[in-house]
Amino acid sequence: MKAKAKKNAVDLSTMTEAEQIAAKQRKLSYQIKRNKASYLMLAPYFILFFFFTVLPVLMSVCLSFTHFNMLEMPTFVGWKNYIKLFLEDDIFMISLKNTLIFAVVTGPVSYLLCLLFAWIINEFKGKLRAVLTLIFYAPSICGNAYMVWNLILTGDRYGYLNGLLLKLDILNEPKLWMQTEKYILPVLIVVQLWLSLGTGFLSFIAGLQTVDKSLYEAAALDGVKNRWQELWHVTLPAMKPQLMFGAVMQITQSFAVADISINLAGNPSVNYAGATVVTHLLDYGSTRFDMGYASAIATVLFMLMVGTNKLVQKVLGRVGE
Amino acid sequence: MAGKPKRRLFKRKQKQLNRSMAGNTLLFTIMIICGIFMALPLVMIVNNALKPLDEIYQFPPKIFVRNPTLENFTDLFTLMNDTWVPFSRYFLNTVIITGGGMVGHVIVASLAAYPLAKHKFPGKSILFSMVVLSMMFSWTVTQIPQYTIISWLGINNTYAALILPAWSFGMGLYLMKQFMEQLPDSLMESARLDGASEWHIFWKIVMPNVKPAWLTLAIFQFQQMWGNTGSLFLRDEELKPLQFALQQITAGGVARAGAAAAVTFIIAAVPITFFLICQSNVLETMTTSGMKD
Repeated sequence: MKAKAKKNAVDLSTMTEAEQIAAKQRKLSYQIKRNKASYLMLAPYFILFFFFTVLPVLMSVCLSFTHFNMLEMPTFVGWKNYIKLFLEDDIFMISLKNTLIFAVVTGPVSYLLCLLFAWIINEFKGKLRAVLTLIFYAPSICGNAYMVWNLILTGDRYGYLNGLLLKLDILNEPKLWMQTEKYILPVLIVVQLWLSLGTGFLSFIAGLQTVDKSLYEAAALDGVKNRWQELWHVTLPAMKPQLMFGAVMQITQSFAVADISINLAGNPSVNYAGATVVTHLLDYGSTRFDMGYASAIATVLFMLMVGTNKLVQKVLGRVGE
Repeated sequence: MAGKPKRRLFKRKQKQLNRSMAGNTLLFTIMIICGIFMALPLVMIVNNALKPLDEIYQFPPKIFVRNPTLENFTDLFTLMNDTWVPFSRYFLNTVIITGGGMVGHVIVASLAAYPLAKHKFPGKSILFSMVVLSMMFSWTVTQIPQYTIISWLGINNTYAALILPAWSFGMGLYLMKQFMEQLPDSLMESARLDGASEWHIFWKIVMPNVKPAWLTLAIFQFQQMWGNTGSLFLRDEELKPLQFALQQITAGGVARAGAAAAVTFIIAAVPITFFLICQSNVLETMTTSGMKD
């Protein structure tokens, strides 16, 4: 009797479980039907996104477990690429160190500069403001504006910087800025900071314009006395979505620095002083055609950025509190 | 009654709210010092483009041009006439690729951003985090698989090989979603009560209210597409954009230093012009957006 009752109970519970699943499925299909408009709006973007982004990323991650020279079919090698990366590849370690220095210095500084200048520019009115926005965004708008730094940093007497320093008698002979190990990383950081008023900066400018003006009046009645208090208590909390966006863009930029290093210091640079994870990746991907290894580098870099992003989002959650 | 005159006083002095003269001066000084530093390389681009050859190679290097000439540009136009396909063809290609990639992306990404910001449905958070995470994967390695997929779809060596992937860039969707999130729900709710469809709400209510966002996105996307040489996906010379042709000219070495300076100027001037058009409209929306909420 007891056993039967128990069995019944089990049946009952499994039945309800099955029913629950069925109910859940019904609910899901109902929701999908009800949200037809939402899904239709998402469809064009996400179909393309799947083909041109999701699939390639998944394929790259798979390739990181293979040996692939782009001529023969990839062959599976397990964790070999990753083991080589962390245990045998000294240059990867140098490039990882450089990238971390780069990210830790330029990331937060660039981010704050974007915010600071966007906010200051927002204080100006009319034409002056449009001109200021252009001047500060200009280095980012002409794709390879950093090439101008080649003129400034040329190692002979024709370089602008050497020319100036020679004229002022600070130097006796021209310095080889981009061929001297100790100057490379600091110079690259300066150039990167100069380039930093990009995506984040413009989105902050746009974000500042969408802050509800009545919030400022209310804050003034509540006792906010100056523009600095206004920034912390009103502007920043109202701009949180843009701050999050700016942070993600900053992470992707700070960790992916490569172009300026390659164009100003060369790849490989002197003693790898300007090597970053992405220059290392490009070295394997486009020079040595070892796509398996390059994919492993990309996957590690991805993990690094995802981790940093988690951390940064947590910090930003506290703005205005 | 007592509060009334006080409010009016605030309205009149709205622009001066919480602003001190000392603060204004300080900020203005900072902007001038930094502005010179930021503008210097731009000044160089303009001046180099106007320098005759002997001034380009002068020592000590001068920033400002002494005998401005348009020689570099006439040199460039002569070189343009020597290209394999007529130069106007490159120009047309650029209009199609840049225009198609930009307008399409702004529409497709905004359309997807609206439900992600304002609707509740299953799968929403997964879709959104996929987009954000995708921006952190290095495009250098995804290029090869992407090339495989584009060949497989049969759109290799067509405009679509550059335009369609551009429609699905992650940044645009993320940007639009963040701005749409700020819109008050009441805005859409009242339209829904009036019987408006979601498409109508998107087009007539959401988009006009996030104009600064999509104008900014247009700037980003224009730059992205303008800088694309298309060399990976486009084989036929007749399909290649202006950027490709211009870079071929600068690859000509020392003898073409003058024409190269003119090219650098043009490559920078076009997106700057577009930037100014968009940005002045962003500023305009600001003065009229009092009706938000």
